[in-house]
Amino acid sequence: MNNLLAARSQMAMSLAFHILFAAAGIAMPLMMVIAEWRWRRTRDEIWLTLAKRWAKGTAILFAVGAVSGTVLSFELGLLWPEFMKFAGPIIGMPFSLEGFAFFTEAIFLGIYLYGWTRVSPRAHLWAGVMVALSGAASAVFVIIANAWMNTPTGFSFYAGKVANVDPIAAMMNPSALGQTIHMVLAAYAAVGFAVAGIHALALLRDKQNLFHCRALAVALAVGGVAAILQPLSGDILGQMLAKNQPVKLAAMEGHFKTEKGAPLHIGGWPDENAKTTRYAIEIPYALSLMAFHDPNATVRGLESFPRDEWPPVKIVHFSFQIMVAAGTAMMLVALWAARRAWLVWRKKGPLDSKWFLRAVIAASPLGFVAIEAGWMVTEVGRQPWIISGVMRTAEAVTPMPGLVVPFISFTLLYVFLGLTVLWLLKRQVADSPRVYADAAKPVEGAGYAFD
Amino acid sequence: MLSIEVILAGAMMASLTLYVLLGGADFGGGVWDLLAALTKESGRKKAQRELIAEAIGPIWEANHVWLILVIVLLFTCFPSAFSVISTALHIPLVLMLIGIVLRGSAFIFRSYDNRADNVQRRWGRVFSIASLITPVLLGVTVGSISSGRIQIKDGIVTSGFVHSWLAPFPFAVGLFALALFAFLAAVYLTVEAKDEQLREDFRRRALVAAVMVGVLALVVFLFSFTGAPEIRRDLSASWWTWPLQIATAISAMGAIWFLWTRKFRLARVCAAAQVTLILWGWGAAMFPYLVVPGLTIQNAAAPAVTLQLTLIALVAGSLLLFPSFYYLFRIFKSNPEGATSQAQTTQRARPQDRE
Ligand code: HDD
Ligand code: HEM
Ligand code: HEM
Repeated sequence: MNNLLAARSQMAMSLAFHILFAAAGIAMPLMMVIAEWRWRRTRDEIWLTLAKRWAKGTAILFAVGAVSGTVLSFELGLLWPEFMKFAGPIIGMPFSLEGFAFFTEAIFLGIYLYGWTRVSPRAHLWAGVMVALSGAASAVFVIIANAWMNTPTGFSFYAGKVANVDPIAAMMNPSALGQTIHMVLAAYAAVGFAVAGIHALALLRDKQNLFHCRALAVALAVGGVAAILQPLSGDILGQMLAKNQPVKLAAMEGHFKTEKGAPLHIGGWPDENAKTTRYAIEIPYALSLMAFHDPNATVRGLESFPRDEWPPVKIVHFSFQIMVAAGTAMMLVALWAARRAWLVWRKKGPLDSKWFLRAVIAASPLGFVAIEAGWMVTEVGRQPWIISGVMRTAEAVTPMPGLVVPFISFTLLYVFLGLTVLWLLKRQVADSPRVYADAAKPVEGAGYAFD
Repeated sequence: MLSIEVILAGAMMASLTLYVLLGGADFGGGVWDLLAALTKESGRKKAQRELIAEAIGPIWEANHVWLILVIVLLFTCFPSAFSVISTALHIPLVLMLIGIVLRGSAFIFRSYDNRADNVQRRWGRVFSIASLITPVLLGVTVGSISSGRIQIKDGIVTSGFVHSWLAPFPFAVGLFALALFAFLAAVYLTVEAKDEQLREDFRRRALVAAVMVGVLALVVFLFSFTGAPEIRRDLSASWWTWPLQIATAISAMGAIWFLWTRKFRLARVCAAAQVTLILWGWGAAMFPYLVVPGLTIQNAAAPAVTLQLTLIALVAGSLLLFPSFYYLFRIFKSNPEGATSQAQTTQRARPQDRE
């Protein structure tokens, strides 16, 4: 493994690990706050238990997110010193702002987790709200930095040197808005579905357990709304790509020839040497329609770019297919959930049918799958550039030899941590409370009755 | 003299100081967790560890962000320094990161898993060993950038990946950092301990650590003649050296005196002042260097717009940050005598409604 590949792999691995916990750090606080708020409104202890349970899980996830994020901040320099030397002044701003978001997140999470008996219930709920807001804010800021790598703005070159640095213009780069919306929604969708899956699984075994019923309802509400909005925001991103990063779009679609009225390839095997995508289902005009909202628009193919500026087409194409497939499936499950919720509301049927619970369980990992796949699209699709069109990844890498060693060390460390976290969470879930309608206080609304 | 880049370098120093005073003590807590093994009586061993966990629990993540802020300010405002430091000190920094990862996750795994005593004890060990190693590596980093061993030509590190840090001086600074962190932790814990015996335990530890700090300070001083000649010269030639040394010595004596006379709150103030003065003394000796001898605050600075905006962001962020921090510490650190470990017990107890 050469040094550049080791550095790229280490970065990819660290980010792919961090994002799991970061997503939890964005979405779990929202769900905790909803549960606690329901408790404040209804005084029903089940809600409080739920909020506390979720908070416990979040504490574990947050700590691992914080330490893996710290690693990332250093890795930017440890692996890509030339990149940071160039990009630091231009795009350091959102990182600084993110620093403050981390502060408020960590401070109020401390209050939330350890302050149940130390602050007033009202202050406690507000602490939760602060955590939820600052989690989303930290995601927004870091994604802005990433969007800048995709569509760099806010500086120019003068006599080979960077000039006219404008950090605000850099933050307002064309990908920023679309990417931040898409990622924040992704976190809610992925975490909502994952949590829903856990509680659905418990419900399959222990049908009447109110604790899991409520948990499922909140998780599906958060995850479902986001999953329904996600394809819309993805469509906006696709159009931005057509305008600003046509190579990436062409690679995502396995689209080689510049065409008017270009077809969409579903599946298939992009063959870079033969310059064609074999065995794909082709939908005529669909790519032009998607990219430009005009069936006859011209979409540039990979052939119109120099060969040494192509990203690895296969990885990008497959990852994109995986994300869209996962997104579509999640949207369908979310619509089904909406339909069932409607029936429950009209008192025409229960929320849980066995098949519905099974569908939720089947869909539960898809959000995280889509997040990882989507990042592959974005990051691998940017290659060979670290800053699109400005600096190549190979120019940015550290001269430090033997990078395979830290790559393997961090991989082992993270695998170990990941397994431990899973094991701990499993023990937490196995200990979850059993509460049934007849034993509990009167159950509010019909929405949670399960018979 | 007080140009914007100097102000920002000062902000970095302030952030580093807060990291040491707050986050450093969290690492020091880990050291005492490890050394609790020396206490024979198992009840007291347990009580010590519980006190440490309780003191660190709600605040360590927030304290940790001060380090992130130092890094972010470094790469935003002094990008070439970030790039040089992370190239030359790749190896100690990677080791430090592994320590940071293990410390944080082991701590949380230990506190949130209350089933198997055995597993919990193992996490406790990981937590404390990582707490021991990480501060040393942090000190090595600080020692290296002041030592003059990191050589640069045309912005490229020419002193290799090992030479820059593998020397007695950086490691002396590393051990000194460890002693300081442990000292701070012990002093803070005397204030936070709720029962007399525990307080005495940590008082004794604080006194021992204070002596260690003194001894290692001397060691660092001696090594600095050959290990860091540049800033050594600065330190002895400047007019501010003597007042600073005297102030540091007074606060060190003060800390010991108040520990001796059991005025723990005053001891805490003195210890914090002592550590702050040591850090700022180092900062002043470094001035105007960021990395001796190649990079200064001026020649590493980012363009003026970036600096201005960062300063604005810092001021605006502080308006949010300091009240929040104040609130956090008021909640968890204000009445050590009165409050029992109630929050902790409710956290740890299994939910009452589980059947
Ligand atoms: C729950 C997760 C999830 C789901 C269901 C989807 N995505 Fe996505 N997508 C992401 C999670 C994600 C992501 C991981 O969060 C990415 C990576 C970078 C980013 O900003 O978002 C992303 C990137 C990303 C990009 C590349 C942006 C760029 O490189 O600038 C496009 C074009 C789409 N997505 C399009 C879609 C479409 C058309 C979807 C329709 C179903 C879709 N995504 C579902
Ligand atoms: C190069 C990229 C990244 C860097 C340098 C980075 C850095 C960090 C750091 C230093 C922390 C720890 C803060 C603390 O101590 O509380 C952290 C946590 C966090 N990061 Fe990242 N991060 C990166 C990517 C991302 C991405 C892509 C997202 C989200 C979409 C994200 C969202 C978060 C969130 C929400 C937290 C809070 C901790 C948690 O909830 O787990 N980060 N990150
Ligand atoms: C957390 C979600 C993210 C994931 C899963 C992710 C994934 C990846 C992957 C797979 C690569 C390797 C690409 C390749 O070399 O083929 C990579 C590279 C990189 N990413 Fe990301 N990324 C994420 C977010 C970010 C963010 C928010 C930033 C910056 C602010 C960032 C900065 C970088 C850098 C500097 C590289 C190395 C240079 C390069 O290969 O282009 N990433 N990332």
